[in-house]
Amino acid sequence: MNVDQLLQHLANTLIMGGTYALLGIGLTLIFGIMRVVNFTHGELYAFGAYGLYFVSVVLGMNFYVSILFAIAGGMVLGALIELVLLRPKRGADIDTTMLLMIGAWIVLQNTEHLAWGSIAKSIPSPFPTEPLVIGPISLSWLRIFVFGVAILLIIATYFLINRTRLGNAMRATFQDTDTAALMGVNIRAIYTMTFALGSGLAAAAGALLGPVFVVTPTMGDLASLKAFAIVILGGLGNITGATIGGFILAFVEEIGAGYISSGYRDAMGFLIIIVVLLFRPTGIFARVERIG
Amino acid sequence: MMSRGLVKKIGVAGALALALGAGAAAADDIAIGVNMPLTGAFAASGTFVADGARIAADEINARGGVLGKKLRLVIEDNKSNPTEAAAVAEKLIVRDKVPVMLGAWGSSLTLAVMPKLMQYKVPMLVETSSSSKITLQGNPYVFRISAPSSLEAENLAKVLDKFNIKKADFLVINNDWGRGSATDFSAMLKKHGVEVGLVEIMDQSAQDMSAQLSKIKASDSDTLFITAAVEQLTLVLKQVEALGLKRQIITTGGSQNPDQLIAQAGKATEGTMHMVFFAPWQPEKSAYPAKSEAFIAAWSKKGFDAAGLTESYRGYDGINVIAAAIEKAGVAEPEAIRKALWEIKAEGLNGPIAFQKAGPEGRESGQSVPATYIGKVVNGKVEVLQ
Repeated sequence: MNVDQLLQHLANTLIMGGTYALLGIGLTLIFGIMRVVNFTHGELYAFGAYGLYFVSVVLGMNFYVSILFAIAGGMVLGALIELVLLRPKRGADIDTTMLLMIGAWIVLQNTEHLAWGSIAKSIPSPFPTEPLVIGPISLSWLRIFVFGVAILLIIATYFLINRTRLGNAMRATFQDTDTAALMGVNIRAIYTMTFALGSGLAAAAGALLGPVFVVTPTMGDLASLKAFAIVILGGLGNITGATIGGFILAFVEEIGAGYISSGYRDAMGFLIIIVVLLFRPTGIFARVERIG
Repeated sequence: MMSRGLVKKIGVAGALALALGAGAAAADDIAIGVNMPLTGAFAASGTFVADGARIAADEINARGGVLGKKLRLVIEDNKSNPTEAAAVAEKLIVRDKVPVMLGAWGSSLTLAVMPKLMQYKVPMLVETSSSSKITLQGNPYVFRISAPSSLEAENLAKVLDKFNIKKADFLVINNDWGRGSATDFSAMLKKHGVEVGLVEIMDQSAQDMSAQLSKIKASDSDTLFITAAVEQLTLVLKQVEALGLKRQIITTGGSQNPDQLIAQAGKATEGTMHMVFFAPWQPEKSAYPAKSEAFIAAWSKKGFDAAGLTESYRGYDGINVIAAAIEKAGVAEPEAIRKALWEIKAEGLNGPIAFQKAGPEGRESGQSVPATYIGKVVNGKVEVLQ
């Protein structure tokens, strides 16, 4: 086995894993707390990428500031989706909200088509195109930046969930909605904030990967599929699981394409899911769930 | 003041007149179906081809149309998806009653449409697809003006010495186009004593090719052949640079829009070579310089991106060939147009167009033999090598 090649594959895994984890956390958070299967997740990812394009290329603002605007835009859109579509349907069965979200997904994607056209947009970044070379490994500066920001956002989300009053209320809602409500938690506000947070994370992933790749109206589809894969791997509603799941998916794709067959690169993740669903249907990192 | 009833009557009469007028107009024009990927992975390329087709139709209509009737293009989006491409063909034939079609850009898209052509006996002019399979199926309704990848490989063989290739790897899109190119180019290289190393595949919607490129980086080849459309190719070239992969790069298929690559991938394109079928950088050297220059002028007058010229010429040539066939047929009917296509001798932007028989005897498809060019990016500009 060629060691240099393996090291490059591992470096690629680490870099992609960070953004995959970000995608997975956003989705799993929403499912865990709200029991909503969010089919608009991929569209919020695309929205983040177009948001960055709009602010940094069309309006010509600073690249880093534009990323913040893109994430904020994603959170606002997420909050709107929750307020307009989900709040009136709270208490409806999971199929109803699922259909609603599928509808929203189609509307959002077609709006992107109308607004931006179907031809890919590319977002210039302020980083040099010459890669950073460490021995046998080459990494682009942009991807290193993306990885760093992704890790920062993941840590911030952990902190928010585990160390703040808001996080406490979210976890209480996750464990038992009714009891949390009786203890004075404003469930409606928690739902809106959760959806905004999850959407913001998706938009962040889109804004970070937009300059790495190109921005197209259908970019969310693959991202959405991968996010679902990660969430199933890690266990629905499990944030640690989603983080590790993101890295596992990146690893399996990278090693599968490198050593087995590149034709099945995007299928590798789904093969793993089939195996997980067969042998450990609650996800690799599932904990025992308390039914309230 | 008119009474309400009278206003209503006038309104109804007006509407009726409009409806009748519209009906008369519809019978007075000739509809041509255009089946293109306007969204999805191949959106940029399909849109350029459709724009080229529109320019041709406008020019023909300005000259008075065909058989005294105006041409009307019915352009439908196949979403870069073979299932949709077949559905679009069915819709164009059954609902819009088009007697002939142009399409469907990608090889997998065209192959999906082909059974519909047999079923409804409607001819289709294939403007872009390059899988060798297309004309070997025994489908007598297929007429192709684009180069099959086997022809591209043969043309490269003529100048192979220039590139000094000892061993080559491939990175190709996972469809009939990419896989077909890898097969045809490998066969040609092996015949000329060149070793073929890795053949790596990428999904048509894949954006991250780092894994494939890392594997290629570990090989000892000197040249990398890439087959992909412009969006994906942009990403591949950027990732080649990011991984520090040093190879002579040759891309195939003619859907690279080199100027767009230079604009979007910048320095990463330096030194790369691209096999294209129309060379807008030197129209004076094309088979019919005046035509090429006129098309380039019409394209820029519309305000379209010059980078699209290597793609849009296909739609332009395609509609011109179809119009000539309708003219020759004397009626806008599928079977008459199919027969007339065999007799066409047209002046295309990438050389003379005439169909030769290809495929199983008795059910041959038509294949024209177009020119191919190799453009190399030198100092951010395209130089034509061949």
